[in-house]
Amino acid sequence: MDDIFGIPAPLLFGQLLLGLINGAFYALLSLGLAVIFGMLNVINFAHGAQFMMGAFVAWMLLEYAGLNYWWALILAPLLVGLFGVLLERTMIARLYKLDHLYGLLLTFGLGLIIEGIFRNQYGSSGLPYRIPPQLSGAWDLGFMFMPIYRGWVVIVAAVMCLATWLVIEKTKIGSYLRASTENAALVQAFGINVPRLMTLTYGAGVALAAFAGVLAAPIYSVNPQMGSNLIIIVFAVVVIGGMGSILGSVITGFGLGIIEGLTKVFYPEASSTVIFVVMAIVLLARPAGLFGRA
Amino acid sequence: MSDAMLKIQKLEAWYGESHVLHGVDIEIAEGEVVTLLGRNGAGKTSTLRAIMGLVGRRAGSISFEGTELIGLRSDLIARKGIGYCPEERGIFASLDVTENLMLPPTLRPGGLEVAEIHTLFPNLKERARSPGTKLSGGEQQMLAIGRILRTGAKLLLLDEPSEGLAPVIVQQIGRTIRELKTRGFTVLLVEQNFRFAQTVADRHYVMEHGRVMDMVPNAELTSSLDRLNEYLSV
Repeated sequence: MDDIFGIPAPLLFGQLLLGLINGAFYALLSLGLAVIFGMLNVINFAHGAQFMMGAFVAWMLLEYAGLNYWWALILAPLLVGLFGVLLERTMIARLYKLDHLYGLLLTFGLGLIIEGIFRNQYGSSGLPYRIPPQLSGAWDLGFMFMPIYRGWVVIVAAVMCLATWLVIEKTKIGSYLRASTENAALVQAFGINVPRLMTLTYGAGVALAAFAGVLAAPIYSVNPQMGSNLIIIVFAVVVIGGMGSILGSVITGFGLGIIEGLTKVFYPEASSTVIFVVMAIVLLARPAGLFGRA
Repeated sequence: MSDAMLKIQKLEAWYGESHVLHGVDIEIAEGEVVTLLGRNGAGKTSTLRAIMGLVGRRAGSISFEGTELIGLRSDLIARKGIGYCPEERGIFASLDVTENLMLPPTLRPGGLEVAEIHTLFPNLKERARSPGTKLSGGEQQMLAIGRILRTGAKLLLLDEPSEGLAPVIVQQIGRTIRELKTRGFTVLLVEQNFRFAQTVADRHYVMEHGRVMDMVPNAELTSSLDRLNEYLSV
């Protein structure tokens, strides 16, 4: 099995793996967006900046506090999530009664400001963040070498998506979330503190973005634009999967990562546009997205 | 009735610019079943929504067991011990029957056990895993009532539980409300179905144009029909 469809197997599998890794980030980020949109009706354009903050906080924890990757994996989402809670309480919460556009404008502006601050402070050339020693090296799978860290990213992202899905579908707080997505006023009239639930949801969505940022730090260089490069594709993923659909965003995220990877093998010229072509086709056929409810 | 459980005075309510309640006065004693009668648009549903804090703005006084509710957020109003069953029933499609039933948090001790609710409404037990909105209209109504019985709320606000249901189901809802009365629940019921209201209530308030026009004890309802005819579409 040296060649598959005339393509050398290592190249094919290498691109598939790369696609899976990109897909893992698409899935984690679009999942956070979907959770936030479902509950708050806000399209969180600051999501890319919050992803980038996760990576930077990981770098800072190591640089200034000597805390390694494993600490960062826990602390960075908590810290950035708290920052999200603060944003929601002080600004975003004031916009729920207004049109979608206001939330979009506010979060877009916040994203630009956050990015600007980091660019001012750390420049845009990028900072190195080393793969933790426990995860460096590669496995010989027989048909290809698999860098351990990349395998780790795919597995952890998948587990995180599954855990988020379980919380939303199988727990009490998840049932509050689902019910509030349908009729928040009634849920509140049953005695549930919906405003606090919204704050926590936003914080959790932001923490998920920051978690993805920590995972990304050793793969991409830590730089202020790392989020905005990714987030445009993630929004396409969200549109394809269907706005607000949890499962849809996860499946679409991984699926499109793989499609992108395969395109790099078979028709590299289209690899940066293929997702948008898919988006256009899906929008023509199913305007609510693959998993969206019209 | 100085010992009213719920005492509403000069209640006014607005949705945006539209002024829907113009000074509503209602008193309900503990253990009573009281209806709000009146035509569509008379302000019955708005009165329930105003009690729960679900209108844009409200003024006047709503005193529940001595606590003023007018400035409170709707979750804090519910926490005082009030259960609300909305007109559109408010069953959640993304929750199954059990999740719908268990959704409202416990407000006070002393609510019905799930087993007791299943005895009142056996269908809910059989269909526990179905999505909430896959139930029939009658079953959805039973679910909407059943889920607030669990919470320990002593005052139940029921908005047209008989609406759009087959006569046999309406009778079952009627039996349930009488059963709730014997268990000590207090019920404020919005109704258009005059005959149904007559089978369950102690007293009736008649509303028109966002005001209470009259109050009739159940025993005098039939004899007052001529007087009430202009307010009701009997």
